[in-house]
Amino acid sequence: MKKWNLVIDVAKCFNCNCCTLACHDEYFDNEFPGYASGMPKHGQNWISVTQRETGTVPMVEVSYLPTTCNHCDNPPCLAAARDGAVVKRDDGIVIIVPEKARGQRQIVDACPYGAVHWNEERQLPQAWPFDAHLLDKGWKRTRGAQACPTRAMQVLHVEDDEMKRIVAEEGLEVLHPEYGTAPRVYYRNLKRFRSLFIGGSVAGEIAGVVECVDGARVTLEQRGQAVATARTDAYGDFRFGGLDVDSGAYRLTIADERFAPASIDVELRGESVYLRDIGLAPRPAAAQEATRGGAAHAVPLQ
Amino acid sequence: MQLGELKFSVLLFGLLQTLRVMARRHPAYAKRLAERNLTAQIRTADNRVARHFTFRDGRVTSGRGIHPSADITVTVQNADLGVKLFSLHVDHLERIEAIKNFQLQAEGPDELMVWFMQTLGMIFTLGWEYGTDLGDGVKRYVTNTNGGPLFVHVKDGKILRITPIELDETDAPSWTIRARGKEFKPPRQTTVAPHSMCSKSTVYSPSRLLYPMKRVDFDPNGERNPQNRGVSGYVRISWDEALDIVASEIRRVKRDFGPGAIMANHGSHHTWGNVGYYISAAYKFFNAIGTTKVMHNPDSWEGWYWGAMHHFGHSMRLGQTETYGLVEDLLKEAEMVVFWSADPECTSGSYSAFEGTSRRQWLQELGIELVHIDPYYNHTAALHGGKWFAPKPGTDAAMAMAIAQVWIAEGTYDKSFVGGRTVGFEAWKAYLTGEEDGVPKTPEWQEAETGVPAKDVRALARRWASKKTYLGAGGWGNGHGGACRSATGIQWARTLACLMAMQGMGRPGVNYGLLQWGTPIDLKFSFPGYADGGMSGDIESTGLGISYYQRMPQLPSFNTPTQKVPRLQIPEAILEGKAEGYPWDGKTIEGQFQKFSYPKAGHATVQMLYKYGGASIGTMNDSNRYVKSYRTDKLPFVVNQSIWLEGEAKFADVLLPACSSFERWDISEFGGTGGYALHGQTQMNHRVVLMQHKCIEPLGESKADYQIFTDLAARLGLGTYFSEGMTDLDWVKRMFDASDLPKHISWKEFLRKGYYVVPAPAEELRDPPSLRWFYEDRNKDVPEPHPLPGDYTEGYLKGLQTQSGKFEFECASLKRFDPDDPERPPIVKYVPSWEGPRSEAYARYPLQLISPHSRFSYHTMCDGKDSSVNDIEEHRVLVDGYYYWVIRINAEDAAERGVRMNDLVRVYNDRGAVVCAARLTQRLPRGVVHAYESSAVYDPIGEPGYSVDRGGCINQLTPKRSIAKKVTGTAANSCLVQIEPWDGSGELRPAKPAHEEAAS
Repeated sequence: MKKWNLVIDVAKCFNCNCCTLACHDEYFDNEFPGYASGMPKHGQNWISVTQRETGTVPMVEVSYLPTTCNHCDNPPCLAAARDGAVVKRDDGIVIIVPEKARGQRQIVDACPYGAVHWNEERQLPQAWPFDAHLLDKGWKRTRGAQACPTRAMQVLHVEDDEMKRIVAEEGLEVLHPEYGTAPRVYYRNLKRFRSLFIGGSVAGEIAGVVECVDGARVTLEQRGQAVATARTDAYGDFRFGGLDVDSGAYRLTIADERFAPASIDVELRGESVYLRDIGLAPRPAAAQEATRGGAAHAVPLQ
Repeated sequence: MQLGELKFSVLLFGLLQTLRVMARRHPAYAKRLAERNLTAQIRTADNRVARHFTFRDGRVTSGRGIHPSADITVTVQNADLGVKLFSLHVDHLERIEAIKNFQLQAEGPDELMVWFMQTLGMIFTLGWEYGTDLGDGVKRYVTNTNGGPLFVHVKDGKILRITPIELDETDAPSWTIRARGKEFKPPRQTTVAPHSMCSKSTVYSPSRLLYPMKRVDFDPNGERNPQNRGVSGYVRISWDEALDIVASEIRRVKRDFGPGAIMANHGSHHTWGNVGYYISAAYKFFNAIGTTKVMHNPDSWEGWYWGAMHHFGHSMRLGQTETYGLVEDLLKEAEMVVFWSADPECTSGSYSAFEGTSRRQWLQELGIELVHIDPYYNHTAALHGGKWFAPKPGTDAAMAMAIAQVWIAEGTYDKSFVGGRTVGFEAWKAYLTGEEDGVPKTPEWQEAETGVPAKDVRALARRWASKKTYLGAGGWGNGHGGACRSATGIQWARTLACLMAMQGMGRPGVNYGLLQWGTPIDLKFSFPGYADGGMSGDIESTGLGISYYQRMPQLPSFNTPTQKVPRLQIPEAILEGKAEGYPWDGKTIEGQFQKFSYPKAGHATVQMLYKYGGASIGTMNDSNRYVKSYRTDKLPFVVNQSIWLEGEAKFADVLLPACSSFERWDISEFGGTGGYALHGQTQMNHRVVLMQHKCIEPLGESKADYQIFTDLAARLGLGTYFSEGMTDLDWVKRMFDASDLPKHISWKEFLRKGYYVVPAPAEELRDPPSLRWFYEDRNKDVPEPHPLPGDYTEGYLKGLQTQSGKFEFECASLKRFDPDDPERPPIVKYVPSWEGPRSEAYARYPLQLISPHSRFSYHTMCDGKDSSVNDIEEHRVLVDGYYYWVIRINAEDAAERGVRMNDLVRVYNDRGAVVCAARLTQRLPRGVVHAYESSAVYDPIGEPGYSVDRGGCINQLTPKRSIAKKVTGTAANSCLVQIEPWDGSGELRPAKPAHEEAAS
């Protein structure tokens, strides 16, 4: 049978928070017996967006990660619940039944994602119920997907096999697959939220004036192997994105026939690296080139 | 008896029967009839036909002939006219003409007359059914907001949820644009801005003003204690008492002081709806009582209005160019888009939610290069990517001039366009090359000003010249917001206009825009925008005269006092008794030169303020001034008509609770502005005209603005004149009838469904691209009614609005006005900001603060109010149980000050201090801080106006100084501050001047 899945494209989220606000609109001050009891007015957005930025002025990347209940196929909250307080529906949706879950704080603690909230006033564990009360009435998508202006949040109602195919084809990921909970909330471009970049701006003197060096070939090497290449753009900029957070030592080599080749060692430890002014030296005479063996290093401008 | 008399006589008798039948059918009507006991009579002037109706405890009796003691009498000139005016179909033009020619007259207490006429009108409206039944007791209504239209699901009289409008198969198909082998279609739904997505939480906000209130220590007949405004609390009073106080104060100040004693002011925006909007009901009322008008400055346009307009006209859009066909042209032709001080993903085109966002997602798909020039790495840059330049705030003009200098030096501008379609280039060229002053405006020259490396600017100039490039300036793409509201805003807008002229504006792929304006929708379908005057009758200061006055005839209204106060100088007008300014006038280029002064000859100084809402402290400059101007006996009476008790509303003597737009009737169009933003609908993917249902009953004792004005007007004998005897719903129907809607959808269906999607025109009928006619030297062919005929030089539709009819690098209008004005010379020159890195205060206040519009507070609407947006980290941060406004600061600048993420900081200068939560970022270069404006919360820790605010009203720090001496414009983005960790003190402690610092 067809089951519900949520696909969030991290590259399309721009922090408008319409999903968060639509969720608040739906669940604060409303009661949906069997699905959800009212959400607290403040402090517990069942869909929330985390901000992240990396890089330094003027080369930065900003990304956002909407998170919510993952509606896991192997839900730890279900294992922790007593008296049928958590239900895994045939359509994939996990519901914390408000009428049965009162006082069961262990349901909150069981979720490794921190996606279950404790409603102090009602003594209830609560999470986003995939707007199941609306889907059951014929809605085709959730409030958040409907309110999302960039279509960063989309609902897929497909057979599991079909979903598996989509996941493989489009390279979708889930948060913390190592938890083994089999989430039904997938992410596209998740790497954007986690990875780092190495970038820089290349310049050199042309006809006596410092100019951006357009079209230089930049190679990114790790352990002596080229891992990526790029051409600098009109502003002399290059950027290698999608690098792992603690991927360590890299070497950049920059080649442009107008200049002496250059290389720079870069260490990636938790933060992206932007090399502001990579100044290329004038191309040495052939003899000099022979003695230096192309090992010129970057010269900062000024 | 003549035939006409017989007909009229029968008609009046029929009216009696109708009243009785309606009362039997509709309990609500029976209840209405029981509201008043009176005798009303309708007669012909010669008394040959007369009938009276007596309402007693809900029963209606009637008789023929003249009643000896009727409370109210309606007199029509003759029976034939009576038949026309009282028949089922009301011809409003006929009615207005009858009133204007004294053929229809009313005698008796005005309040009863309004009641009687509205009661008769209800015969037509009572049976109307509206909304869509969704089952389970849920009804779906429709409304419209500043952030997009909404479906409103209501159950048991309470809003259950709000959603965007999903178009269905019965709605008109969407347009398709074919570009570079691809097809582009917009999503089949409307979008909603965050500041509207939170509406339910603001409608049911604990800050709602639910009852009329009076300040506890305010006694209109005794001690008024104005010095306690903002501090003393309120006591609930009845509507009667509140309206009596306000009406008697209106009479008193007019009696004691004369014309102009009442000042009326409203925020920049109101809750949406063409009838209830301020440029409708409020204007009619304010004109009816005669008020000193607060002259708003063109605060979203500033540099374009005061500057760019002199180069190319376009006064109708206050200096912003034409807006047609731009989406298609950009997608088909452009190779690059320069976003300059433009963040449409944040500012949402003012009222168009995220309609442009999905279109901008196509940019990447087409591989169009993007450049973002903004001190802040804004949301548009973050979402769509591209090259980011971060010039120091207020220095953009220098960067732009260097681009022009490169084009001149390298010969990469459109020489044939400059030669044929412009004048004065040589003069500007001489300035740029240094021939005039010995300083060539090179990339190296600008680097010292902007901090942007010369090589980068040179690269940008070359890229720009080598690609067909759209300039997206400001959030609308053709201006609006950002750098135009700074001390150098005029220079910036002027220089950008000159850049576009150098590249041949109007050439395919070369124009103003960022896919925000210019969708291919049908602009020939007539429906008015909010600035088109609604029911104001105001043909002088709204768009009514050129738009709907002919289609929706109504009683005209004129404001008899002509005294004006510039909005930015309200405090000076009150406290110092004088102010002066230059006006906002879209008719001609020269309108802005007509200086005005307060007080105006023969007028009274202001004694009373009638204020709508509480936005000033969060939105006006140096706003501790506004606080001080409230707390003085120089302003003896303040009434505030507001939905929420917040901001400056807390400084009123009497509070009149207005309901939200969810609680009243209205009609409008998604993003339909009219006026200075004519054809603003082209920001939308679909033209959606909306019935704004009264989704729920007004909360508490709040009332529709329209009703409050009607009630107040009736106390002044102006109720019939104000309302024309109609309810707000009657006006809604009247506007429906006046528009093109009835040709396409029945009233019944419109009322039920709540919206109508205007079909997009066939591809061959789309409007031509903006300025193409000018580029190709043809007659103007875009559908806009400007320039006015008298402003053409070479003949109607030939050329621009300028004296030469061409683009003027050297502006004839400025030469005529003041050729020696150093701040605004005939050619644009660079003068560093008077509040920036080159000003004296920079030593003490080394951080430049920019304060753009927020996604989460629309002119203070949606912020505060215990709203759901408060939990959004980008908007406010919860620290020790309090939601603080966020200020962004470069991480190194923060580290230098010992400030960590989310620390509370004091942001201050000589004007005030605001406590904010610090967000450390790399989205700002060093030396620049960023906090959105429009906090709804003003929360001084100590004496109002003289202490630290922890509510987040950033505008307490912005300068009151006008951009330039001979204009009246805000320079809010030229603001120097210092930041330090907050020590918990509420005391204002400005930085010491340098010499004192050295001594201590």
